[in-house]
Amino acid sequence: MSGETDLIVVGGGPAGVEAALAASERGLSVRLVDEAPQAGGQVYRAPPRAFGAKFQQKADPIGVRLRDRLRASAVQTHFDHSVWSASPGYRIDALGPDGAVSWRARAVIAATGAQERVVPFPGWTLPGVTGLAGATIMLKSQGMLPGAVTLVAGQGPLLLAVAIGILKAGGKLAAVIDLASQADWLADWPAIASQPRLALRGLAWQAILRRAGVPVLYRHAIRSAEAQGDQLLVSVGAVDAEGAPVAGRDRSFVVDALTVGNGLTASTDITRLMRAEHRFDSLRGGWVPQLDTDFRTTLPGLYVAGDGAGIAGAAAAAIDGRLAGLAVAHDLGQCDDAAYQNLIAPLRRSALRARKFGTAMAKLMVLRPAQVAAIADETIVCRCEDVTQGEICTAVREGARGVNQVKAWTRCGMGPCQGRICGDIVGQLVTGQGNAREEAGYFTGRTPFRPLPLDELAPPIAYGDLQLPPPAPL
Amino acid sequence: MTSDFDVAVIGAGVMGATTALHLARGGMRVALVDRGEICREASGVNAGTLTLHMTRAALIPYAMKGRALWLSAERWLGRDVGARSAPGFSLAFTTAEEEMLVKRAEARCAMGAPIRLVSPAEACAIDPGINPAIRAAAFCELDGHVTAYLTGRGYRQALTAAGVTMVEQIPVEAIESQGGGYLIRGTCGTRLSARRIVLAGGVWLESMLAMLGVRVKIKCLINQLIITERMRPVMRSVVGIANGLLSLKQFENGSILIGGGWQGRGDPIRGGVEPIPDNLIGNIRLARHAIPALGETRVVRIWLGLESETADAMPMIGPLPGMEGAYVIGCVHSGYTSAPYMGQLLAQHILGQEPEMPLFDPARLIDTTPSSVRMSA
Repeated sequence: MSGETDLIVVGGGPAGVEAALAASERGLSVRLVDEAPQAGGQVYRAPPRAFGAKFQQKADPIGVRLRDRLRASAVQTHFDHSVWSASPGYRIDALGPDGAVSWRARAVIAATGAQERVVPFPGWTLPGVTGLAGATIMLKSQGMLPGAVTLVAGQGPLLLAVAIGILKAGGKLAAVIDLASQADWLADWPAIASQPRLALRGLAWQAILRRAGVPVLYRHAIRSAEAQGDQLLVSVGAVDAEGAPVAGRDRSFVVDALTVGNGLTASTDITRLMRAEHRFDSLRGGWVPQLDTDFRTTLPGLYVAGDGAGIAGAAAAAIDGRLAGLAVAHDLGQCDDAAYQNLIAPLRRSALRARKFGTAMAKLMVLRPAQVAAIADETIVCRCEDVTQGEICTAVREGARGVNQVKAWTRCGMGPCQGRICGDIVGQLVTGQGNAREEAGYFTGRTPFRPLPLDELAPPIAYGDLQLPPPAPL
Repeated sequence: MTSDFDVAVIGAGVMGATTALHLARGGMRVALVDRGEICREASGVNAGTLTLHMTRAALIPYAMKGRALWLSAERWLGRDVGARSAPGFSLAFTTAEEEMLVKRAEARCAMGAPIRLVSPAEACAIDPGINPAIRAAAFCELDGHVTAYLTGRGYRQALTAAGVTMVEQIPVEAIESQGGGYLIRGTCGTRLSARRIVLAGGVWLESMLAMLGVRVKIKCLINQLIITERMRPVMRSVVGIANGLLSLKQFENGSILIGGGWQGRGDPIRGGVEPIPDNLIGNIRLARHAIPALGETRVVRIWLGLESETADAMPMIGPLPGMEGAYVIGCVHSGYTSAPYMGQLLAQHILGQEPEMPLFDPARLIDTTPSSVRMSA
């Protein structure tokens, strides 16, 4: 199966859906591809259809509306399709329920969102330890608790979201461990208040936590976790404003589960693979594609919108997605300059507001270098290949100057996740303190974006039907 | 920065690094310059196959020496780079391939490769992972593989210990003759002066040689490599097919590397950019035909390595004619196997010794036709 459209949007979160809708409304033929069964992305993830009406009601109404509008549109959707390659021209390759498919398009919008970052500590790879974002997926998509009693730790808005999600689903919380201080949360109050709906929700969440009597330890972080029977013994200690551990008595918790996350990083598989230019922006989650004001990457026809362009949150992603969709319509001749300017002016104003809120949240999620510097020698950093901090730092001492040389010398980032989980931490380790992150670089983008079952990609065929290139010279 | 060296080697792949290492051990003051980091191009991303089945017949004696060097790397390099000896097969699935297999095995045997033809039953007895549907197989005891990505780590340590000055992440922008030697201008204001230069730039040799006004056409192959996730042991030999378009091996960690020179997209400027999906699927189909158990696993990563090839697909190793103290080394077909030996040979020549085996005179490849559009330096 294949076919050409004007535009392919990769990713069905708020940015992707709004981009697809905006472009489609301007008359472009649009395909939207996502690996999930329904649109919504991580933030508005739809409950499984099999779960019945009662569970469906728990879905965020914004997500429900998003899906309804998409269904009513002319956008061709391909859910349950995992994109594994993007080639110039453009060609998108995906693996779906019926095997390998590829489509062509004049333009591509990568709306691939964000992925989770965890600053490693001893025991972070144990069963029972999940990411904050991972926990939200469990809660939203399956109504599943990480454990009967959970410790929630890390930084940023997901801390509260997960804590509340667990309480609402009937779980118990041992405590919430926040890297930030209360003052950090209040520092950007005007920006937070610029999105009254979200600000009020945050306040309501804090009230729920208080009523439930859940202790919140500010300026604390996880020191270690170890298995204790079926449970986890988690040690928690105080940190300073930079995230470095400070001496003092650590506290211990025995819990069924630990969910911990240190913010989000932009998912840049497509732009890194295609060698678009990137820049380092710690506030936006690390390496992000270089974009102009109309969401164009440095490659003609390739656009990025949403958290994949740098962490700014769902509200900004939706508006940016719409803007990117219009930009493609404009660039492909479906929207003249005057109409384009008229359409984008009000959107840009609301984008600015949404971005203010997103920036306040992004600040809370920024990686704190001192926390990375405190990672112990024997702590695993690359969990796919079990590469420790010590092995990475030894490679750097032996002369590895960038993350890709570290990858070659230690296998760090060579596993099934392709360095998505450890990449930002490795970059920070290579950089050390006082240097520029730019010099450490980022893991070169490689296909497949997700591991590809050989059997599905290349089902057996008769040997005679194989198209072989000419023989190598003798 | 201005430094004086006896020799500056430009290009820190295996050939450049080995040449630099032996020159330094021979008493010379050596600088090794690279636009990126050591062994990050073909030398670090190739399939690491040590195979006589894929070596050009004329290069068999060199490859056998190179293979022995890889397997003894701990002794002369100071670090094991994952080199392992393994039996090797070349398979034939059709009568046409069988004919090709016999012809190629004979030519390689004539050059000293201990290759013999075995029956399908014998091949499957040696390696039960092989598809029993083969018509014939050529077998060689002297194959194996190296963990190519560890190459740079081993070399860097040895070079530093030998006193080689490492100049990484400095692309060379110009090379000028200067007072009986050469001045190398790199980015960031880097200046190096050296009495001799060795150009060891792989696919970038064409532009490097042009800096000296020497015109040699070099073809850039964009070879595709595929690695699977770890899986149960399913094969114990290095497997190829008669036409040379497949290389397959399982490493100790259980991952399987699929190569064979299928082409991807890229060029010397951008490097290897990305695979061509149809070539990827073709390469995988061929691989799983050879080792059917591959169908159980998943592809984790695909990358591309740039291989250089001269007009006659034979190496270019030796002094540049008419240029005192200028040398070139590169373009060895399936060159990783013999690379450490090739570097050793050139170092012998530069140190004034008789190389153990003949070099490959670059003069035959140089375009000497006058050109009105020839640019001035």
